Amino acid sequence: MEAAASGGCGSGPPLLLSEGEQQCYSELFARCAGAAGGGPGSGPPEAARAAPGASTAASGPVADLFRASQLPAETLHQITELCGAKRVGYFGPTQFYVALKLIAAAQSGLPVRIESIKCELPLPRFMMSKTDAEIRFGNMAELHGTKVQIPYLITEKNTFKRMDDEDKQETQSPTMSPLASPPSSPPHYQRVPLSHGYSKLRKSTEQMHPAPYEARQPLVQPEGPSLGGPGAKPLRHQASLIRSFSVERELQDNNSSYPDEPWRITEEQREYYVNQFRSLQPDPSSFISGSVAKNFFTKSKLSIPELSYIWELSDADCDGALSLPEFCAAFHLIVARKNGYPLPEGLPPTLQPEYLQAAFPKPKWECALFDSYSESVPANQQPRDLNRMEKLSIKDMADFPVPTQDVTGDDKQALKSATDEALPKDMSEDSASKSGLLPPPPALPPRPCPSQSEQASEAELHPQLNRAPSQAAESSPAKKDIPYSQPPSKPIRRKFRPENQATESQEPTTAVGGPASVATVKPHPTVQKQSSKQKKAIQTAIRKNKEANAVLARLNSELQQQLKEVHQERIALENQLEQLRPVTVL
Amino acid sequence: MGWILVTSATVILFLQNYPLYIRSVPTENELKFHYMVHTSLDVVDEKISAMGKALVDQRELYLGLLYPTEDYKVYGYVTNSKVKFVMVVDSSNTALRDNEIRSMFRKLHNSYTDVMCNPFYNPGDRIQSRAFDGMVTSMMIQVC
Repeated sequence: MEAAASGGCGSGPPLLLSEGEQQCYSELFARCAGAAGGGPGSGPPEAARAAPGASTAASGPVADLFRASQLPAETLHQITELCGAKRVGYFGPTQFYVALKLIAAAQSGLPVRIESIKCELPLPRFMMSKTDAEIRFGNMAELHGTKVQIPYLITEKNTFKRMDDEDKQETQSPTMSPLASPPSSPPHYQRVPLSHGYSKLRKSTEQMHPAPYEARQPLVQPEGPSLGGPGAKPLRHQASLIRSFSVERELQDNNSSYPDEPWRITEEQREYYVNQFRSLQPDPSSFISGSVAKNFFTKSKLSIPELSYIWELSDADCDGALSLPEFCAAFHLIVARKNGYPLPEGLPPTLQPEYLQAAFPKPKWECALFDSYSESVPANQQPRDLNRMEKLSIKDMADFPVPTQDVTGDDKQALKSATDEALPKDMSEDSASKSGLLPPPPALPPRPCPSQSEQASEAELHPQLNRAPSQAAESSPAKKDIPYSQPPSKPIRRKFRPENQATESQEPTTAVGGPASVATVKPHPTVQKQSSKQKKAIQTAIRKNKEANAVLARLNSELQQQLKEVHQERIALENQLEQLRPVTVL
Repeated sequence: MGWILVTSATVILFLQNYPLYIRSVPTENELKFHYMVHTSLDVVDEKISAMGKALVDQRELYLGLLYPTEDYKVYGYVTNSKVKFVMVVDSSNTALRDNEIRSMFRKLHNSYTDVMCNPFYNPGDRIQSRAFDGMVTSMMIQVC
């Protein structure tokens, strides 16, 4: 046992460490300090601070390490305070070791006190090990672009985070577990909440280390499962927090006024949802009835109360039917819930029908794609014509050469090829898994595949990803769960297509009787009611036509059967006649 | 036939004289409210049959009699689908006027229809809608 009270000012009682602890701690310290020094793009301040003989561990890796201990942020904050890092402003060896001891104490269930570290303690356990740092660095490349904006966000969010932390602390621990299987949700929207969760810890150091923290951002990758916890709650508050930053932030995704990532629907997701919608209801401007939607969403295997709640959230106008934006919102919530995100208290702004309506143009494929779907949906003639007349989005067709060209008669193929085209092919596994994640449309709504690898969850993801592609074609219900249970990754944010922007301006004009009218409910309730009534009338007419069609088809086949039988009888009779004739002729 | 009971405290929603939704603000003495509601169910049935075509009944019982010590007013409301809402309010809340009671029942009815619109809701289940809960809470806070 040796005392290791050195460096920094006297920050508490002399530290007694066992040999094992000493070794472990010094290794961790070296790693944190080394990671700081080795981090590319470190700003000068960080380098300067790290310069003093690497005697300080940079706050970034230290923060990550602490989070990896899976302790609630409140505890981590206490630890930081106690160990003295707050006081001195950085993590010297003493502070670091004290902190590690406190972490070990906390993990053993002891209260976070200086006294706790006096006794023998097991080594602190950290969820993430060195490999995480490597993974992070490995992922930095493709994520760099998307993360550039995050640093500004982080520092601002830190200041706001304080007021939210208190009420979130209790819930963070419980929410940790659901997120243990994490969300491949793109680092893009995990990083932000994680910085939230950790901001308490950062509070002490952030004034001193805003620069290194920012510089750290490109390195800080989607933290693994353990960090999903702190992130869970903050997600809920993101909407309110983020709105205040919306001015400063500029995401690559041009839908930048609401940067609450988990509730934002990407293009690929949107396309998929719309295709699913169309498989249930060919007319994208019409509604999916409650029972149809119920059957569909029940396949997601979420519990009925949850589905009921999701419906409540997404059916904004409470009409018992889902329009396209409502459907997308519901689908997205289901996807998020399957990935462990807790359901929000209210519909997030990015999922509200008005927002979805404005953000994404009306489905453009309908004109071209309806042709391809015509053989499968014969009853579409009437609505298709109506839609063509209603929608001015024919020109939109041209804006989506990719999906339209790729469309074949088959839903699945169309989606697959469209998304294959659409997705950036950064990672081959992504494209493979993407195609593998597209079971037949009426099946479970799978999620867009992870386009950015996760960390601790990667191991479990990869087997799933590898399995999924091989079973894409014949996904049994059991296998459907596999893609379904995969975290929804958001593909790398691409620039919002210029076509979409161009069509956005037409969006208001195109929304004649469509869901956009539903979106502008408040000023024109009566108009909307009429148009939705018309929609419903058309919908019922479509249904009736379909039924009549089915009946007629059946009748047709029966009659044809009878015709065949009659033919055969006739032939038999003619044969008989032939046989009899020679007698008479004679 | 469902019931909703709202007291200065309690909300109970019944279906076919079976409770669909129960909510009380002061959670003690809930049973007492339940008993009151059950007794008032008979009165509601009486009124329904008596009224014939008119289905919406608002004021149902004035319970000064049942509990001479504590005054409670029990109001009833029936929807077109024979769902009964019963509201029990403390008589000390004399500020509550008929109009307010009517508006409360209307709000309840609207929320109930929203709940029914949810395809995942099977008529006859307990109501577990958060929106409904929120509405009832706000109403009861207003009353108490």
